[in-house]
Amino acid sequence: MNRIRKTRKHERSESRNHEPNSKPFQGFLISWIPDSFLIFSCVFAFLIQSVSASDVVIGSKKFTESYVLGEIAKGALQNAPGKVVFRPGMGGTIIVWQALKTGEIQVYPEYTGTISEEILKEPAVRSLNSIRERLRSFGVGMTDPLGFNNTWALVMRRSEAERLGIRCISDLKKNPDLKLGLTHEFLDRQDGWPRLRERYGLPQQDVRGIDHALGYAALARGEIDVKDAYSTDAKIAENNLVVLTDDQNFFPRYDAVFLYGLSLDEKRTALLKTLKGTIDETLMTHLNAEAEQTKDYAGAAARYFESRGESGVIESDSFSHKLLRWTIRHLQLAGFSLLLSIIVGVPLGIVASRGGAVGHVILGFAGVVQTIPSLALLALLVPVPFFGISVRTAIAALFLYGLLPIVRNTATGLQDIPRSLRESAVALGLSPIARLWKIYLPIASRSILSGIKTSAVINIGTATLAALIGAGGLGEPIISGLNLNDHVTILEGAIPAAVLALLVQWCFDFLDRALIPKGLRL
Amino acid sequence: MSALVKLANVSKRYGDAVALYPTELSIESGKTTVLIGPSGCGKSTLLRLVICLIQPDSGLIDFDGERVTHDNVNALRRRIGYVIQEGGLFPHLTARANVLLMARHIGKPEEETGNRLLELCELTRFSQNLLSRYPVELSGGQRQRVSLMRALMLSPELLLLDEPLGALDPLVRASLQKDLKEIFARLGQTVVFVTHDLAEAIYFADEIVLMNEGRIVQKGTSIDLRERPAEPFVSEFINAQRGITIV
Repeated sequence: MNRIRKTRKHERSESRNHEPNSKPFQGFLISWIPDSFLIFSCVFAFLIQSVSASDVVIGSKKFTESYVLGEIAKGALQNAPGKVVFRPGMGGTIIVWQALKTGEIQVYPEYTGTISEEILKEPAVRSLNSIRERLRSFGVGMTDPLGFNNTWALVMRRSEAERLGIRCISDLKKNPDLKLGLTHEFLDRQDGWPRLRERYGLPQQDVRGIDHALGYAALARGEIDVKDAYSTDAKIAENNLVVLTDDQNFFPRYDAVFLYGLSLDEKRTALLKTLKGTIDETLMTHLNAEAEQTKDYAGAAARYFESRGESGVIESDSFSHKLLRWTIRHLQLAGFSLLLSIIVGVPLGIVASRGGAVGHVILGFAGVVQTIPSLALLALLVPVPFFGISVRTAIAALFLYGLLPIVRNTATGLQDIPRSLRESAVALGLSPIARLWKIYLPIASRSILSGIKTSAVINIGTATLAALIGAGGLGEPIISGLNLNDHVTILEGAIPAAVLALLVQWCFDFLDRALIPKGLRL
Repeated sequence: MSALVKLANVSKRYGDAVALYPTELSIESGKTTVLIGPSGCGKSTLLRLVICLIQPDSGLIDFDGERVTHDNVNALRRRIGYVIQEGGLFPHLTARANVLLMARHIGKPEEETGNRLLELCELTRFSQNLLSRYPVELSGGQRQRVSLMRALMLSPELLLLDEPLGALDPLVRASLQKDLKEIFARLGQTVVFVTHDLAEAIYFADEIVLMNEGRIVQKGTSIDLRERPAEPFVSEFINAQRGITIV
């Protein structure tokens, strides 16, 4: 557990920028991920491949700064021929990293500290060259730092700092009466406040634990004078705060860089590298603040290009284009898993309809799977080798979830066939397979189809959760919206998902007429 | 006279309940044999054993001189027609498809089966206009005629009828009885007919097989049963039924 807590350091910084309610699940998922993650080049990835080889896909994590940096990369890469696709808010570090390693995306923004601690799990590896060397063995390259360091920091009101002449953390020693309000986590961590106090010899006695968001309010009202923060936090600019220089280099560096697959072509790699050293803390803080206010990440990125004296227009995906992409992916997830459920569920239902121990085991298993909440089912599959954080996990979970209605309805439909009809089929001299195909399955078709319909509707709804593990679909805007507390974005996913479920229901009603023999509908 | 079906020492039990004690029975070619007796006497069990819907616990069954085994049972079933009380028509198939099901399955030429179907319609007095109807769109009597056509489609050597008229109202029943008897005569059909109705048994039977509690009590004509009862149960059964028929 200690190890996990330690390596989660930067993950925390991400969660600070979005809604706290997304934290438990993300933490839960990530703590389940096994260290050695098996990669398979697998059929599923091929089947749902929707981007052609010459396109480049940029990913991002799900917090404001990562969104903005992703848009900046997109703006830069648009200067090369070929399509640029941006998939914002795919998930936490592990998810985007896996996506990069497996080639699902080619570029995403990352921080050097996170690379050492979470990705390489070698906190001692700090220098850019040694990090770069280790990344190469994964087929991943790293740009030079973009120019800002998003690390832990102590902040004060600008007016107060200027009045007392405080510019760096060492200056705090001269003012022992300052009141410190620190997040509980920073306060408790061994490598947080206790060691910081020891290194700088800080004398302050009035140190209290306070929630991050409340801390900013307390700082503004003067109830506390110093609090911990992340150095490019949008709130720093909004509240006119100042970051105290870490003059003894106590905090590890979290220099922002772009990671890219080494298979990325030269032209694009060169374009990415031009971003080096072009964003300092002040600029990033302002871009973050603007993005948080407007929810327009492309707009914030445009502001960056303006600051470089370039055209500020970033071609952003039109809503209809995004909606189409989400919907297609959603239908791929739900459709493919439904197909698997049918292929597996109907035969299982046939076996189960014969009763006996095997039948009980099948129905029991399918029933148990159904009682697992869909979120938990996803989480349970993630640590299983072969699955992990991937589209296959989403499909596997949806497949298992869709199994019970099909198995049960197939079994019930077959069991409900009157004995007189079964015996008539036998007495005619039909072979067992002909009986099944020509007599039993058609008679049970209404029940089987209604099971499939139930599965389909459940799958459409449940597939929104697939976005939690970076599998995309209409859950993508829903999860982003939840993370950013943006209701419009939530609705952009929720409404189409609901409409889709209705459409599917309607399609199946139509299909009933085509597939259920007329004699059974009279 | 030759025996088409021979049961030797055939018995069947369900758990502790004996459905049929070891039984000997020959079914003569070209004759109508009626199995009769009170409910649960084993008459349906006997019929179901002949077409292998259930496996005997002991004994052997020969069909046309051939031992019935697991391997040849499906081939033999195609030489036997089977009609049950509810008709057993498949609800998802039209009357035509029900009748032609087996012929199509074994790949008989369409022309041959088409002609056979017309013959059967005429034989069973079933209107061709109704062939495209589904079972739910037919009356009880019409359904039994379709069921009979289906049973006769492949010109079976043996026709088994398990209370085929049991669910019909008296008028329909009477007209079907008459038609059936004519059909059996025209085809020279070997028939095993299960009923619990003595009048119906007497009307159809060349030989009546009276059963009680899993045993054959007496075989013979109606006169044999009346004049020379093998045991008191025979008279009891006949008198009970006669009382009902007279009233």
